[in-house]
Amino acid sequence: MKEIKAVKITKAVRELVKRANFYLRKDVLFALRKAYRRENNRRAKNILKAILDNAAYAQKENLAICQDTGLPVVFAQIGQNLKISGSLKAAINSGIKAGYKKYALRNSICADPLSRGKIGFSPCIIHLDIVPGDKIKLTLLPKGFGCENKSQLKMFKPTSGLDEIKNFIIDAVKNAGADACPPYVIGVGIGATADYASIMAKKALLIKLSVKHSKLEEDLLKQINKMGIGPMGLGGKTTALALNILTYPTHIAGLPVAVNISCHALRSAEIVL
Amino acid sequence: MKKINTPLDLNKTKSLKSGQEVFLSGTIYTARDQAHKRLSEAIKKGIRLPFALKNSIIYYCGPTQTPRGKVIGSCGPTTSSRMDEFTPRLLKSGLKGMIGKGNRSEEVRGAIKKYQGIYFITYAGCGALLSKYVKSVKKVAYGDLGPEAIFKLEVEDFPLIVAIDVHGGGVYGET
Repeated sequence: MKEIKAVKITKAVRELVKRANFYLRKDVLFALRKAYRRENNRRAKNILKAILDNAAYAQKENLAICQDTGLPVVFAQIGQNLKISGSLKAAINSGIKAGYKKYALRNSICADPLSRGKIGFSPCIIHLDIVPGDKIKLTLLPKGFGCENKSQLKMFKPTSGLDEIKNFIIDAVKNAGADACPPYVIGVGIGATADYASIMAKKALLIKLSVKHSKLEEDLLKQINKMGIGPMGLGGKTTALALNILTYPTHIAGLPVAVNISCHALRSAEIVL
Repeated sequence: MKKINTPLDLNKTKSLKSGQEVFLSGTIYTARDQAHKRLSEAIKKGIRLPFALKNSIIYYCGPTQTPRGKVIGSCGPTTSSRMDEFTPRLLKSGLKGMIGKGNRSEEVRGAIKKYQGIYFITYAGCGALLSKYVKSVKKVAYGDLGPEAIFKLEVEDFPLIVAIDVHGGGVYGET
């Protein structure tokens, strides 16, 4: 059986911290440039230019793209034929801590949600998945909370119409309004259970923005962009850069729908070991 | 291009209209959620505040750590509406300006008009770029809050957009 030492995972996560926070995703950059080109509104164009300049400056100066370096969310896909020597979760958290410290990112995690408590770099959120093979794939999504705060979940009836679901998704974006750094990327999870729909909505943010989208995704994106919220909420053609949906079979009695909104600084990085 | 300096007073702010772009130079103080809670409680109890609120500007910002060789790390605005419940009390106590992102509540809009304050927004999600306009940083209070401590920033030509002017006129409309 193939074996990997936990320390190797720590090192890999530490580097993901740097890549995700300093280098904006290529597909996100591509979508932002496209939005910049097609924008006629002077102010919206200026803001999109600032967003692109910010990404370039962050990369050049090794600065965080956004000061909200997020609650780090790590997706780990572990091959079932891989043996990990040492604690996987401890290794991931060590990598997060080491990376956030080394690259002077923000300590945004409070130890207790109610008393708030001491502020630190960890623990992060870890989603584990066991897959065939003998490799491990690690994806880091540092999720800023301005946009995370705009997340929504609704348990629809199995007889609910598609229009009701569409309206719910559009209203979630309307509710985010100017607050959560538009232009947004919208992740949607449909089906499964309340918890799994929420995870799918977040996972949908990892899908490349440039993939071929379904008709439903395209329709929703068109309707969202018609709202005209625009960059910084000051109007413009682009309210969302993309909308990605993940679905899963569900129960005969229900239809969960979750929406996870990302700001324009949608940051993630992945590595396969 | 309109340039303004701190401290703010009505002579400088009354001509500013919502939507206008301005460049700010001078002293601003960072404060976000927990610092607002503490400032608000201190005012209620009549305790001396860690900095003079009169004619001051608060920036809703929690910067990253400062990388070696830099004045400050990434330092963009956080969502202003989370501070709404504390803002009227701060305005009543002399606060004049706020810098953040996103819309404010009806109460805050009313308080801005009543106390002739002003609300600016700045480039949201552009914390790396905004660090260029910060010339010095000094921790002033609430160090136990980490990035949520109050920092005194000296800024030069910090880019702002007037979002709610002293007359209560807003760039986001009335929704």
